Formats: sequence, structure tokens, C-alpha cells
Amino acid sequence: MHPAPSVIVFTTFSGLGFGLLFWLGIDPSPPTGWVAFAFFAIAYALSVGGLLASTFHLGHPERAMKALTQWRTSWLSREGLCAIAALLVIGLFAALLIFFGIHAAPLGWLGALLSLGTVFTTSMIYTQLKTVPRWNTPLTPALFLSISLAGGALLSGRVTEAYSLLFIAGLFQIAWWRRGDTALRNSGTTLGTATGLGTTGTVRSFSPPHTSPNYLMKEMVFVVGRKHTDKLRLFALLLGFVVPPILLALPMPHLFGALAVLSHIAGIAISRWLFFAQSEHVVGLYYGAR
Amino acid sequence: MTELPTSTTRKLGLVIDLDTCVGCHACVISCKGWNTENYGAPLSDQNPYGDEPMGTFLNRVHTYEVTPEDGPAQTVHFPKSCLHCENAPCVTVCPTGASYKRIEDGIVLVNEQDCIGCGLCAWACPYGAREMDQAEGVMKKCTLCVDRIYNENLSEEDREPACVRTCPAGARHFGDFADPDSNVSRLTKERNGIDLMPEMGTAPVNKYLPPRPRDASPLTPFLAPVADEPVGFLGWLDRQLDKLPGGSD
Ligand code: SF4
Ligand code: SF4
Ligand code: SF4
Repeated sequence: MHPAPSVIVFTTFSGLGFGLLFWLGIDPSPPTGWVAFAFFAIAYALSVGGLLASTFHLGHPERAMKALTQWRTSWLSREGLCAIAALLVIGLFAALLIFFGIHAAPLGWLGALLSLGTVFTTSMIYTQLKTVPRWNTPLTPALFLSISLAGGALLSGRVTEAYSLLFIAGLFQIAWWRRGDTALRNSGTTLGTATGLGTTGTVRSFSPPHTSPNYLMKEMVFVVGRKHTDKLRLFALLLGFVVPPILLALPMPHLFGALAVLSHIAGIAISRWLFFAQSEHVVGLYYGAR
Repeated sequence: MTELPTSTTRKLGLVIDLDTCVGCHACVISCKGWNTENYGAPLSDQNPYGDEPMGTFLNRVHTYEVTPEDGPAQTVHFPKSCLHCENAPCVTVCPTGASYKRIEDGIVLVNEQDCIGCGLCAWACPYGAREMDQAEGVMKKCTLCVDRIYNENLSEEDREPACVRTCPAGARHFGDFADPDSNVSRLTKERNGIDLMPEMGTAPVNKYLPPRPRDASPLTPFLAPVADEPVGFLGWLDRQLDKLPGGSD
């Protein structure tokens, strides 16, 4: 899949933003006044910014509101609704905290649930696709949710939670990569089943339908940079999950805490780039590619 | 509405005969022609006369080589357009309701006024049957020539899809799969028509007829091979020529 920058920005930042909203929502003694304002402003900038970025790759962003209508079948639609509900509920919760110092705990819990729901529905947009065996696994929502929770904990300075969640998310990341590398092979889909000619003999793409790449190949059969996979995975793992806990252990929590967050974001962005760049859509088989 | 109908009154679709297709791409061109001049946004081209031309097509012809275990390789031309799946994943993923499957005849269509061009349906289709038009920013796909098959302004023989009408080899057949006596149902039965990627669970309506087994003489195994390593003077000459610069190494 073509790793469109808008989608990488969207999944990285809105995941982090909704993770932060989750922790703010369940906080038993949340900040009030200006401190609350600062935290919620960051969370909204990340989540709303991410959502806006995701509309950049639409052919017709002006019709984006129509995307809220098909929640009965569409995960993309459910994600849109979940995100809006989360932002509205937490918005009210935050306003009460900031301006009146009132802690409406149940509102916060509901907002936290909806925030996690948003991350879950985002992950299901990818998970549901049988056409991308690498994505089509319960490990995908596990990965997205754990990264979001870990990032949120890190960003809100919950050091203990951040340690364990980063560890868990790192494990999910490794498991997801390991499974992913054989996912297409294990799915049983081959050029043989794609053409139905596999029962006759070995099938090979002899000539493509056109002389240069088309939309399908540019969008689904992205192969650039795959040779750097191992290096990029190492960077993603180190920056995303290993460096932040080390930085957190250092003195000067404000400086190193900020660096830990930046390192984490960089690692997750690399991981998301790989998520798309390596995805291997089955349509590639028709073109003799993976 | 992106909920799929539990059943459709008719199941219109195509049978594509891989034995007969000669790979002329006439269906590709007639499809592009008809669908550029009629239903919905025209099928645009980008850089059509440059060195990397690209464009929207609803039907494309691949060519494959199939090598059986005990026989010579065989070339198979492979036309591919939307298979109008009964369990169409492209429809259920659509957030706007632009993609839908018609209850009356099972045709899968995109309402271009509602499409936001998110591309998710193209990701969900295993067959590469949907292409985002780069000029219009909306999703294009085979309409089964819905604007021909019911079009009373066309003469009777033209009320079939453009690709079917055009095919000089008669490799594409159009009909109703819900009717067990239709041409397409009978062809599928007689020739053991198959589904593409059945494991995806899409239940495609379109069927493909596999190439018929090739004739083979029962005497073939007993015939002496005609091409062999040259011996004697010719063999010597062959080896000497190979030694010259430019000869095979
Ligand atoms: S072939 Fe693809 S586009 Fe057509 S109905 Fe099936 S899944 Fe949808
Ligand atoms: S590209 Fe259009 S038709 Fe396809 S899923 Fe998005 S809105 Fe629906
Ligand atoms: S039925 Fe019509 S739209 Fe579909 S491939 Fe044939 S010519 Fe193209």
C-alpha cells in the first residue's frame, strides 16, 4: 500500500491524542484551570490535527460529512462517529474542569471509552481487509490500542504506566511483524487461486495489461524501500519503545520527558510507514508482484 | 446503502472464456469508449502521449503463462473487470453509501455524487476491479453497462455490455445467473466455470471458464526429439563458433 504521508500522520498523531484523552478522562484527580487547558489543548491538537490530515487524501474532502452515514457496515464510518462523540464528550468534561473546576467523573469515563473506541475503530478499518493478510489479524487492534495507551501515558507523564505499556506495545509490535512476514503465504492466496489456473500448472505473469504502472499498482503494490525493512524495524523499535523508558529514568524529567515523547513519536511514525509500505495487497499477485 | 441485499432477484454477470480469449484488448477499448461517453465521470488519462501513460480502465487484460507438470507452457489471456460479487466487501466498507449492490439485478455500482474518494473500497476488492479516477477524484468501476442493457434507445442486439458486444472471439458472455437455463448458467455448468480467489469469500457472480485441455498425440512420448546436441562435423563447427568473440559462452 502506498504510504501516504497524510495517513501516517493521521494514525500516529490521532492515536497519541486519543491515548492522552483516555488518561485525562479516567484521571481520579485531574488537573484544573490552566494546567488542564494545556493538557487538553495538546490532546485536541493531536487528535483533531490527525483527523484533519486524514481528509487530505480524499478525492472530495468537501463531502466528508457523508462518511458518517454508513455505521451499520463501515468501520470508517464508525470511526468518524466515534471520534466526534469522543471529542464532544471530552470537550464538555474539559470545559467543566478548566472553567468551573468541576470534575464530572462519569463524563470523563465515557469520553475515555469513546477515545479508545476511536483507536479501535481506526485499527478495524485495516484489520477487516482480507485483501491484506498482514493486517487481517486481531493483533492489529492490539497493536494500535497498546501503542495509543503507551503514548498517552508517556505524554501525560504517567511514568509507571508508560514503562509497562511501552513494554507490552513493543511485544505486540514484534509479534505483529513476525506474523506479518508469513501472512500472505499462509493465507493460501496465490496467483494460482487468483487466476484459477493453479490447478492446471505453475502460473507466471507473462505480460501486464498496460505498459506503465496504473492506479492499482501505485496504490496497492508499493515496493519502494522494502529492502530497508530490517533497519527501519530496528529504528522503530529502539525509538518507539526502548529509548523512551531510558530517557524517563534520567533526571530533569521535563527535558528528558519531552525527548522521550519525541523519540516515541518518531518510532511510531516509522512503524506506521512500514505498516503501509510493507502491506502486500493480494491484487499485486495479478501483476506478478507482492 | 452499504448493507448487502440477502438475495437479488436476478444475478446479472459475465462468463469469461479463457479458452477463447485471444488477448486482443478490444473489450478494454470498447469499455473505455462507452464508459467515457456515458454513465458518470469520463475515464480520464494522465500523460497519455508521454513516456509513462496512465489512465482509468474498468476492464483490463492480463496475460499469463501456465506450465503444467508434464507438458509445454501455455499462454492464457485473462480479461478482468468487476465480478459483481454477491458478498461484495467493497460495498460494506464504504463509509458514505456511495457503493451499493442493486437488489433487482445484483449490479454493484458507485453513486459518484456521494463518493468522497477515500479509496477504501479499492483496498477491499481482491481483484483490482476499482480504480480511482485521478482527474475526478471519485471511484470508477464496471457498471455491467447498466446504461446499455436496459437502454430502449439501443437496438435489441446492442442491449448487452460493450465488452461482450465487441469481443471478436466471443469470449465474453452476458446473462442472468439466477436463471439455471440461461446461456451463462449453462456455459458455467458445461465447462466447469470457476470463481477467482474463492478463499476470499466474496462469492463472485462472474465466472471464468478454464482453458480446455490441449490435444496431445498418444504417440508423442515415442517420438524422437528433433532438437538435440549437434554431433560430428556440425558439432565441431558449433563448438568452434561458440569460441569466437560474441559466440555463446
Ligand atoms: S469484483 Fe471487486 S469491486 Fe466488484 S463487487 Fe467484487 S469486490 Fe466489489
Ligand atoms: S472511494 Fe467512494 S465508493 Fe469507495 S469507499 Fe470511498 S466513498 Fe465509498
Ligand atoms: S460490462 Fe461494460 S463497464 Fe463492465 S467491463 Fe464490460 S464494457 Fe466495461
